[in-house]
Amino acid sequence: MSAALFIDILLWGSVFGVGLIAFRRGPPVFKASLREGSMDFINIVPRIALGVIGSGYIAAIIPQEVITGWLGPDSGWLGVATAVVAGAATPGGPVIGFSIGTVALKSGGGVPQVVAYVVAWALFAFQRVILWEIPFMPARFVWFRCAVSVPFPFLAAAIAMVIGKP
Amino acid sequence: MESEPRPGRVRKPIGWSTIMIAVLVAVSAALVWRRDGTDGVLEILTHDLSLFGGILPRVLAGCLLGAFISEILPHEKVSRSLGPKSGLKGLLIGTAFGAILPGGPFTAYPVASALLAVGADFGATIAMVVSWTLIGYGRAVAWEIPIMGTDFTLWRILISLPLPVLAGALGRFVYVRIYPQLPAKDDEN
Repeated sequence: MSAALFIDILLWGSVFGVGLIAFRRGPPVFKASLREGSMDFINIVPRIALGVIGSGYIAAIIPQEVITGWLGPDSGWLGVATAVVAGAATPGGPVIGFSIGTVALKSGGGVPQVVAYVVAWALFAFQRVILWEIPFMPARFVWFRCAVSVPFPFLAAAIAMVIGKP
Repeated sequence: MESEPRPGRVRKPIGWSTIMIAVLVAVSAALVWRRDGTDGVLEILTHDLSLFGGILPRVLAGCLLGAFISEILPHEKVSRSLGPKSGLKGLLIGTAFGAILPGGPFTAYPVASALLAVGADFGATIAMVVSWTLIGYGRAVAWEIPIMGTDFTLWRILISLPLPVLAGALGRFVYVRIYPQLPAKDDEN
């Protein structure tokens, strides 16, 4: 069974599960949330469309080689800072992000820098923010969440420096 | 249960974020067009349209999940355990919730948005989102372990363990200082 199919089964299974709970609270509750969910969907589709189609173009003008170049063997805090920017600017999904991290590790990138890169990618990767977080969450929350997350890739790198390699 | 109208989520189809993204996209598309011509633009468009078609059912599932969850969760309980006054416990609950949440971004963000709507504060929701992205098992199992290896992944998750709670705490600390005029949500009842 493929991972995508598994995710879909899990996802629709969860929808069915919570839907059943809502239904047992009474048909009006069930109908209201069904309507609410469909309205959310209709409202979100244009924004998701902009995100999916748009981020393809943004990704096309930030080639992967640029990101890999930023993750060179530049060590120290400047290297960590570059890695954080690189993580946020990495186009594409998890395959590209983690592959770049692996390449950096194998080609002599420092471990704290790669940790900072992976953590920054997880926190800020622009495609995920544009495609998923902004359409679904209140904009004020997204900017706020990103702003308060800024110290944490650096903290992760500092912890990595202290506790050493895996 | 109680028949009070649920707090509607604020829907702004066009906000500043959307406008900013649209401008960024237009500029990028223009740059692609200058570099690769019309074919280049169309190639990306077709690829992304098929991606979009594949994503849509999951988006629908995510929206329904968020709507059902915000309907069935008891609001007072959520604002007590995840609200502004929930303390460290609220941040820990948010973190645990983010870590065990199944699925991808199409579940995490609708559910996070639902939690916000039923009384969780920014701090606990930040802990949840950051936990989902940093220590959630979904992406680690599907992508990080196969690509980066088990040792690196487990070690990286270990380093990340304290981060969601710290991010949530920082979020709460900053939030009450820049939005002091807003009453805390759990004062309502």
